[in-house]
Amino acid sequence: MNIKTLLGSTALVLAANAAAAEGSLSLYHWFEYIPQELIEKFEAEYDVDVTMDTYDSNEALLASLKAGTLGSYDLAVPGDYMVEIMAGEGLLDAIAEGELANKGNIQPEWLDVSFDPGRMYSIPYQWGSTSFSVNRDVYAGDINSTSILFDPPPELAGKINMLDSQGEVMAMASLHLGIPQCSTDRDQLQALDALLQGASANWASFGSDIAKDVLVSGDAAAGMIYNGFSAKARAEGANIEYAYPDEGYVVWMDNVVLLKDAPNRANALLFMDFLLEPENIAAVTNYAQYAAGVTGVAEFLDPELAVMPENNPREGAGPGAFIAVCDQATQEVYDQIWTRLRS
Amino acid sequence: MNRRFDIKHYQGFLAITCLCLFILYAPLIIVMIYSFNDSASITNWGGFSLRWYADVFTGPESEKFKLAAWNSLSIAVMAATVATTVATAGAIGMIRGGQFRGKSASFALISLPIMVPEIVTAVATLIFFSTIGFKLGTLSILVAHIVFCIPFAYLPISARLQGIEASYEEAAQDLYADRWRTFRYVLMPIMWPGILSGFLLAFIISLDDFIITNFIKGAGIETLPTAIFGSVKQGIKPNIMALSTLLLLFSIALVTLSYFIGKRGQEPHPTD
Amino acid sequence: MAAGTGSGRTVSATFSPVRGWLLLPSWLVIGIFLLVPVLLMLVYSFLTKEFRGGVIWEFSLAAYDQFVFDRGLFGDDPPQIEWAYITIFVRSILQALGATVLCLLIGFPTAYFIATRPANTRAIWLFLVTIPYWVNLLIRTVSMKFLIRDNGPLNEALLAIGVIDAPLQLINTNFAVQLGLFYSYLPFMVLPIYASVERYNFALSEAASDLYAPKWTILRSILLPVVKPGIIAGCILVFVPSLGAFLAPDLLGGAKTFMIGSLIEEQFKGNAGNWPFGAAASMILLSMVLVVLLFYARAQSREQT
Repeated sequence: MNIKTLLGSTALVLAANAAAAEGSLSLYHWFEYIPQELIEKFEAEYDVDVTMDTYDSNEALLASLKAGTLGSYDLAVPGDYMVEIMAGEGLLDAIAEGELANKGNIQPEWLDVSFDPGRMYSIPYQWGSTSFSVNRDVYAGDINSTSILFDPPPELAGKINMLDSQGEVMAMASLHLGIPQCSTDRDQLQALDALLQGASANWASFGSDIAKDVLVSGDAAAGMIYNGFSAKARAEGANIEYAYPDEGYVVWMDNVVLLKDAPNRANALLFMDFLLEPENIAAVTNYAQYAAGVTGVAEFLDPELAVMPENNPREGAGPGAFIAVCDQATQEVYDQIWTRLRS
Repeated sequence: MNRRFDIKHYQGFLAITCLCLFILYAPLIIVMIYSFNDSASITNWGGFSLRWYADVFTGPESEKFKLAAWNSLSIAVMAATVATTVATAGAIGMIRGGQFRGKSASFALISLPIMVPEIVTAVATLIFFSTIGFKLGTLSILVAHIVFCIPFAYLPISARLQGIEASYEEAAQDLYADRWRTFRYVLMPIMWPGILSGFLLAFIISLDDFIITNFIKGAGIETLPTAIFGSVKQGIKPNIMALSTLLLLFSIALVTLSYFIGKRGQEPHPTD
Repeated sequence: MAAGTGSGRTVSATFSPVRGWLLLPSWLVIGIFLLVPVLLMLVYSFLTKEFRGGVIWEFSLAAYDQFVFDRGLFGDDPPQIEWAYITIFVRSILQALGATVLCLLIGFPTAYFIATRPANTRAIWLFLVTIPYWVNLLIRTVSMKFLIRDNGPLNEALLAIGVIDAPLQLINTNFAVQLGLFYSYLPFMVLPIYASVERYNFALSEAASDLYAPKWTILRSILLPVVKPGIIAGCILVFVPSLGAFLAPDLLGGAKTFMIGSLIEEQFKGNAGNWPFGAAASMILLSMVLVVLLFYARAQSREQT
């Protein structure tokens, strides 16, 4: 083995890789959330090389950007409350009026949203809900209550997977207790802490990326999960039912945002416009099984989606609620509760 | 009956050794068997098939794995080469340098990457790069890998060098060879097995690393461990088992190689 | 590490004048890219945290205070000892100790057995034990996860032969983490013990046997003290990486309860975003490891004098 030639060729190929990055786009995306074919379609249409990294919670996205990856990515896909936080942290780049040709395709109800008034930084990606699913082979009783997670029946105790996402777990727990999110009331916060401390004995694991697999493989008998992800688990053979509990559930919208110091800003805008085309965003919806926020998608959607139980809250279900952004003092209490939960 | 054998022999030690090997190999062998499972489900056996091996190279995730494998290999080759060079110089300085002030401090510094827990190295490196504004990417991974590879390369090299008498070099100098020629034509050929073992050990350590790489990898860069970790979190798929089996065979090939290098190194060199 | 343990003199007039230059690359690379970062981390642990990740360059003891004192959920109760983080550290230490003991129980007899094989088969046994060490740790951990799942091959086999009638709940338990650590680092225990038993002079045992010492007494009183350095080295090689382990708790323990490694990771990659606290926890972990190593170094130097 001639080390010199080996090194030389290695350096050459690395340099070639860097050179090929002329027309490129760097995505920072949730795991398992975009069909590979759609990325290939964009690459072919615009002659742009797309690379993608994945994260598994809004908080992980924020942490990674703040730990030094800002400036490496062009686009990310934060959830609603995280758009607000990221804008507040100065991590986003504003999109000027007229920069997006297809901005008019955004459905009117998703145009002026509270987390990004006037859609200055973001465009809709998908929206859906977060609640939980139960394996019907293990437990046949009533599942329309958040008690399944926080005060489970004996069949499910010790076999529950929770999402590793502070925002969603805290919101669910607040719904269970019937207290407002980001409550500043001390008794309510104490109760929240006590609830989670007590319930954690019944939980087997924490993980968002594992949420589907544990239900399919039977490693968990119940688990917090997003509606579309639950539908995919069901399609993969799990006999599970997605619950719309009486106490309510979490509603979210993920959004494509332009990151500050994006290395390929022009291509990022191209991709955003690409995702505002009904046909393209419908491909995402058909893959991830949530719902889009773009007009004209209906004709491209899989008809199955409209009748899926995961997409249709049952009569009498509690209201859906977006996750709220807490002020610093409350957030610090939340952080403490979260750490105590895991120790 | 041989009494010597009798004293060495303890009841049950053979059984425990077999248990030890069973524990070490059972998970690997099970995964190897299931990698040939035709079924897409990981629980049911659907007959023998090589489809998941084809999937590793041509399936939907193949691009990701190929790129990750290329990153892993190129980083490991470069990190191990630099680390071995640095460690060889360091070992000659330490072993051939006699007693000098700062010798034990130097040794402590060279061993530091082994002594510091990986997660601490990861945090410290992340903070360092973040503070000096160094952009996370291939280069940041490479630098971190070079650092923790140095002591692993150093150990076999210095062990080898300790077994070589200084008289060879002195003889060379007596024949008016300069330092570089003495090293290149006298010392290096004798040290070679140690250097190669050091290189291989550093190479495998770099390939193996997950924690540090995961902390400091930049946008769009995955190594095999980080890519596999990402996939595995979403469920152990049969293609991951096939990939694991391939890596297992690769490791066995490497360890066999290093075994033979080690064996050659033990043989007395002709000048002895 | 003393020079000159080889067959002859190793100090050379050729290279000793330039030893500084030869060592310079090592000093520079490790100094700049590890020693300086560790010192910087020490500094960070005394800085003020920035809300949602990052630091403010103002001196603060908050990180260590948070580690030691519990001021209630709202930070204004009278300070009490904070058990949460101590629990995490103690749990990690116990897990690491447990893994070390398990490794020793299996590793010592294995190492002894291999070291007492005839030279030709010894190499094969040793080869067999070394291979798993060269296999990617992630892949080994994933394999273990696959094996011990509720519906995994282990449970199915046990069910099939009728040893159990319901699947054993192994995955996502502390035991699984323990098992994972044990499995990850077992070769680290075998190799150093093997090295010292191989060097052991069995004439000592024979002499004791001639004086009618029972076999297990010979093992305990004659062999063990001689091979002790190998055992201690093996224990350290298992204990130290187990202490900061990340993969086994995450993949086998269900990431439910934090170990030191996951607690630190959470401060930088997860929900918490408290850099000074993560730096402080890392410093505490590093100090614990250094104490263990210093203890080891002192014991070794006492042994040699």
